[in-house]
Amino acid sequence: MERILSFIKRPSTLVSIGLIAVMALLPVLNISIPGILPGPTWSPGSLQLLALAMLIGSMALSYHLLLGVAGLLSFGHALYLAMGSYGLGILLRETNLQLLPAMVIVFAIALLAAFLLGFVSLQVTGIAFAMVTLAFAQAGSVLIRRNSQFTNGEEGLPLNIANVPDFLVGVFNTRNLYWVALIVMVLCFLAAAWVERSRAGHVVAAIRENELRVRVLGIKPLQPKLIAVTAAGVMAAVVGMVYLVLQSGTSPENISADLTLTILVIIVLGGVGSRWGAMIGGMVYVLLEQRLTAFARSPEIKELPEFLAIPLSEPLFILGTIFILVVLFLPGGFAGLGRRIVSGRKAKLKELS
Amino acid sequence: METLILLLVTGLGLGALYFLIASGLSLIYGLMGVLNFAHGSFLTFGGFAGMEIARRIGAETWPQFILAIIVGGAAGALFASLTELLLIRPLYLRHIEQALITVGLSLASVALMEGIWGADPIYVSGPAILSEVTEIAGARIPNDRFLLIFGAVAILVGMLAFLRYTRFGLIIRAGVENRSMVTALGIDVRTAFTLVFAIGGLAAGIGGVLASQYFGYVSPHIGGTLLIFAFIVTIIGGLGSLVGAAIAAAIVGVLQQLANFYLGGTGDLIVVILLAAVLLLRPTGLLGKRAH
Repeated sequence: MERILSFIKRPSTLVSIGLIAVMALLPVLNISIPGILPGPTWSPGSLQLLALAMLIGSMALSYHLLLGVAGLLSFGHALYLAMGSYGLGILLRETNLQLLPAMVIVFAIALLAAFLLGFVSLQVTGIAFAMVTLAFAQAGSVLIRRNSQFTNGEEGLPLNIANVPDFLVGVFNTRNLYWVALIVMVLCFLAAAWVERSRAGHVVAAIRENELRVRVLGIKPLQPKLIAVTAAGVMAAVVGMVYLVLQSGTSPENISADLTLTILVIIVLGGVGSRWGAMIGGMVYVLLEQRLTAFARSPEIKELPEFLAIPLSEPLFILGTIFILVVLFLPGGFAGLGRRIVSGRKAKLKELS
Repeated sequence: METLILLLVTGLGLGALYFLIASGLSLIYGLMGVLNFAHGSFLTFGGFAGMEIARRIGAETWPQFILAIIVGGAAGALFASLTELLLIRPLYLRHIEQALITVGLSLASVALMEGIWGADPIYVSGPAILSEVTEIAGARIPNDRFLLIFGAVAILVGMLAFLRYTRFGLIIRAGVENRSMVTALGIDVRTAFTLVFAIGGLAAGIGGVLASQYFGYVSPHIGGTLLIFAFIVTIIGGLGSLVGAAIAAAIVGVLQQLANFYLGGTGDLIVVILLAAVLLLRPTGLLGKRAH
């Protein structure tokens, strides 16, 4: 009890609770942020965009467990998002299950799949692990594209709303979906924190720093790594299920290597190893991506001389270049930059006093 | 029987393309521990450079076509050397960051090539003989398959000879075996780093020109598609082993074609299952020496 009380009284917890409260209240407020949101905060368009931003933030949190905590570079994380969205979509279309039981089944399947695939891919480490995860995601992508009688192939799988509760369907209920997305993000954050602070979390962090030393201590690295990989996969699958309901469907793009790369870019820009960096990075990325596309299409860019106009009109070129610059010159990402500014100021204050 | 021969030769041709990427990947990884995600971009860039030559002077005669191949290879080698000098070298020995920076480079370079040449495929043609067929035991086989196989074998032999008989080759082989020892002996391995990138880029660039003959077009995305299978080939063959990559490329290409034809389009899946099997039974790959 005392521990819980002291946890609640910590300033960071209070700030978090305050932020969550503000986020939760957005759908009933009337705030306009021109240039970032398409309309006032209560409008379905804005809520839809914000909910998507929170889902990508949650996805980034799940990837944080892999790269930030365990130091595992996976190029196939999108597979689990697709497993959640396609699994739920197919169950709702082919069977008469209600939404919740279907979600429980998909959760169990994702748990098993993440465990098995994790077991196979963790037979290798480091860069080889990255290649193997990429290959698995590629196989999943092929499965989805080829079996179009279940997945609807390239066109994408629409959500069958027959067994989805009414309060989650329709434009007027976007605010309910927004709240669901908020809950998912908070849960993902807590789950990531919990895994990170568990025994397994500490061991994988130690393995990330020096695997040989951990082996010498007599600990086998496979088991804690498998826990981190499985937890990350299941979290991504949950995000995928909510994604299906929020976007009223899913498409093969959600399993492409591009999605995993996007999440990777988010993590690196936010700062590898930082939970807040991952979560906020994911949200900012979704909002920024819209602006970047608009920027690339703006008439000012078109009027520039050709050698500037061609690169600047490609959003991915701008993103890739920012990414390279951050990896080269800003190793801690933007979270690291923030930390450095704060600690620099503290050091200055100390000097003054 | 005819179908089987056609499938085998086509599979070997596809395997040749995989090898042209995987050889560079494998050498780079073996020597430097760098997973090069931008290697597909080297291939694409080589393909576009060859296409530009073909558009300017034509590629109907053999000298013109060979010039296109040389320019494509040179473009790939130049791109790769610059990548090593400007992006990989500052992050020396930080493998995850190095892999990440090549991810950024592949995003940016594919987008840039899309901006310059457009996202749609550009159709190319080569010497007329490449679009004809040769009959072997009743099977009618398009000639470009033979060009691919010949190109890959030539590159393999050239690379092996280079590694075997030159001083730089010796340093590279020693570096793959034990890099810290080579450095401790006072040999500057950094030149070798740039060199492996250049060699890998050369093979990929030539692969780009050949791939555009095989597919009949170049597009900004051909490199990315081939790269994923090249990764698989590299792992199955054993990281750092050229001969392993060649064997694995042939197996993967042929298996993919056979499964696509006889098992209802399951080629990609079979390859991934093969990868999983190799990882479980022999994590170092066919000819790899040590696990990384």
